Amino acid sequence: MLSFILRRILIAIPTILLISVFVFSLQKLLPGDPVLAMAGEERDPEVIAFLREKYRLNDPIPVQYAHWVGNAVRGDLGMSLRTNQPVLELIGEKLPVTIQLATMAMIFAMGIGIPAGILSAVRKGTVTDYVANVVALSGLSIPNFWLGIMLILLVSVKWQLLPASGYVPFADDPWRSVQVMLMPAFVLGTALAATLMRHTRSAMLTVLTSDYVRTARAKGLSERRVILKHAFRNALTPIVTLSALLFGELIAGAVLTEQIFTIPGFGKLVVDAVFNRDYAVVQGIVLVTAVGFIVMNLLADVAYVLLNPRLRSQT
Amino acid sequence: MTLRHMTLAAALLGATALGAQAQDLRIGLESDPDVLDPDQSRTFVGRIVYTALCDKLVDVTPDLKIVPQLATEWSFSDDNTSITMKLREGVTFHDGTPFDAEAVARNIDRSLTLEESRRKSELASVAGTEVLGDHEIRIDLKEPDATVLAQLADRAGMMVSPDAAEAAGADFGANPVCSGPFKFKERVAQDRIVLEKFDDYWNADEIALDSVTYLPITDTTVRLANLQSGDIDIANRVAATDLKQLEGSDSIDIEQAVSLGYQGITFNVGNGDKGDNPWGNDARLRRALSLAIGRDIINQVVFDGNFRPGNQPFPDTSPWYDADYPLPERDVEAARALLEEAGYGDGVALEVQVPNRPENLQLMQVIQSMASEAGIDVSLTSKEFATMLNDQTAGDFTASQVGWSGRIDPDGNIHQFVTTGAGLNDAGYSNEEVDRLLNEARTLADEGERKALYDQARAILQEEAPIVYLYHDTWITGLDKSVEGFVPYPDGMIRLEGVTLNAD
Repeated sequence: MLSFILRRILIAIPTILLISVFVFSLQKLLPGDPVLAMAGEERDPEVIAFLREKYRLNDPIPVQYAHWVGNAVRGDLGMSLRTNQPVLELIGEKLPVTIQLATMAMIFAMGIGIPAGILSAVRKGTVTDYVANVVALSGLSIPNFWLGIMLILLVSVKWQLLPASGYVPFADDPWRSVQVMLMPAFVLGTALAATLMRHTRSAMLTVLTSDYVRTARAKGLSERRVILKHAFRNALTPIVTLSALLFGELIAGAVLTEQIFTIPGFGKLVVDAVFNRDYAVVQGIVLVTAVGFIVMNLLADVAYVLLNPRLRSQT
Repeated sequence: MTLRHMTLAAALLGATALGAQAQDLRIGLESDPDVLDPDQSRTFVGRIVYTALCDKLVDVTPDLKIVPQLATEWSFSDDNTSITMKLREGVTFHDGTPFDAEAVARNIDRSLTLEESRRKSELASVAGTEVLGDHEIRIDLKEPDATVLAQLADRAGMMVSPDAAEAAGADFGANPVCSGPFKFKERVAQDRIVLEKFDDYWNADEIALDSVTYLPITDTTVRLANLQSGDIDIANRVAATDLKQLEGSDSIDIEQAVSLGYQGITFNVGNGDKGDNPWGNDARLRRALSLAIGRDIINQVVFDGNFRPGNQPFPDTSPWYDADYPLPERDVEAARALLEEAGYGDGVALEVQVPNRPENLQLMQVIQSMASEAGIDVSLTSKEFATMLNDQTAGDFTASQVGWSGRIDPDGNIHQFVTTGAGLNDAGYSNEEVDRLLNEARTLADEGERKALYDQARAILQEEAPIVYLYHDTWITGLDKSVEGFVPYPDGMIRLEGVTLNAD
């Protein structure tokens, strides 16, 4: 098991390097000059020259990259061009916000998606199945930003039930923090719930027709026990893979959701950074996200092994 | 949808009503300010925060008259090469340091010498300062410059605690120390900036609020929704097209002031090789486009009639507006005749680059259809703003739909755009007579004499049309009914003197 994890980590290193090269080059290909954006409306040539020098933007791009990697290895991701804050500090500030959003969204997604998937598999072909499918399909096809704005208009403006946007740190006021996050988490969660539901349904359908389920039924076990204990546990493997992969979608969705609900998280940070050509911040965020994604996949692999004893011998 | 609502309603079951409003004024801004150092910052929203945080030497009134703030009186020398200022006594910075002439001298020095300073060009004409007494100072100028006073009514005139600034250097923005009615409490990037009342403020009687929180809420719809739900008390820059839905609202007031800036179309008339094209070479084409545009129609169609149509760098609400040249009527026939005269009777194509924002795109689409009636085939290239600016500076454009946020002094809205080689002259325009007029205008302290020169320059620029002016934004501020005493200003700042929050 340990060697398996170690091997996976070793593979991850070149992946992360590759990603960082890719993003670094992509950013440099982006039209628009960060210094021009920073110099303000006046675009004073003296200021522009000073900033270019200060942020080493006059160096050749490979030199800039080497410099960045050198610092990053030592834990220094540079300074935000816009606010003069260290990138690592910014990320540290924003990460908990997005993690809270992602966790709450995942709770919504799993809480809705998995039971709905089981239900529609067990009651295949009935009205329940169709309704669940229609809802899932609309979950997938309704754009986040539209649903978000509709919810704000309805829940906050019309009914005045929840704050329209913003963020309260969990440590400051847990109840209010959860309240503020409910709508965005719901919006982010619904799209994922739909995907989860569809996959749970198909995994369950496959498992439910297998021999051991028939055997379990033949033994006279209650239907509830058959479904939850025997069938669902085996259907879980693909669902766990999917949940890990959904992490990426969650981060991508957070970008949009945070923008709508003005949540000062990771997603908003990266969008603002891209528009302000705040290279150091974009680069730092991509690195952290890539690492996060790889870790999530690693965890998923470990979880398979724990869930499915047959895989243990192969590791 | 129904099912979604039910799920949501269930999730909310048990959620209690939101907490009562605190004695804190909450202001929703359209973006997150940059670094909070008056010498380094460059964003418009940053200036809004400074209005509460940092007092300036002088301020402006809603009709753009310069009035005392930290300086109580001032006079230009006879040749306009120095300003002598008397300073307010009994003023302290937020860290307790007394405010005096020495502090002013150190502040101006910082603006001029700090490597990261963005104020150098604004104070370019300042040669140095001479402390004349505890509360009297003389600012010496390299050449006569009437525009300096207006610069001192903005960031260049903001006074920071000299000791704190010296200790913090370029990191001053992390913990700014000024002398305004509110002092810095905390900032969470992209989330909020909190200021609290400064008890020793010299004008404390005018300040009723305990604290003020600035929240960057980028999306206009969401910002307005926050105002409607009572989560914020003031929403900055409400969209013109949202005003209709607020009519007759019993919880929201709207205040408006025409801004100092403008929106227009800048032509490349001499910025690199691309300026060598029919549109860059022949002013008749540019005038024809201007004639083909119905500025009132734009205002009605795109902005629901809430902005100010314009044909000059200054809006008609400004004392600098040339009333002898009022807004022209749309005249398609005259536009066609001009094109005919220029040899383009069969029509002519024009590529305009435009920022990829809905408002700018709509504006240009309306212009596109109006221009086509005159035989001008406008094609639009929409670009992300930073990219567009890049191409514009590099001269890689024929025409660009771009604007300017506006400055208090007229010089700041015209000189740098049309004088030869000036920093923002992306048009590459050059005319000796215009240079002479505008260079002279900035040296004169007498407003009447200055205006005469601007009017003359205007007459030439009108003929040559390197920039076709279209309209002036209106600052539209949304206020919760509980907010009283708010006065809108053409500089778009939110001044908190006299503003109260009545519990409702």
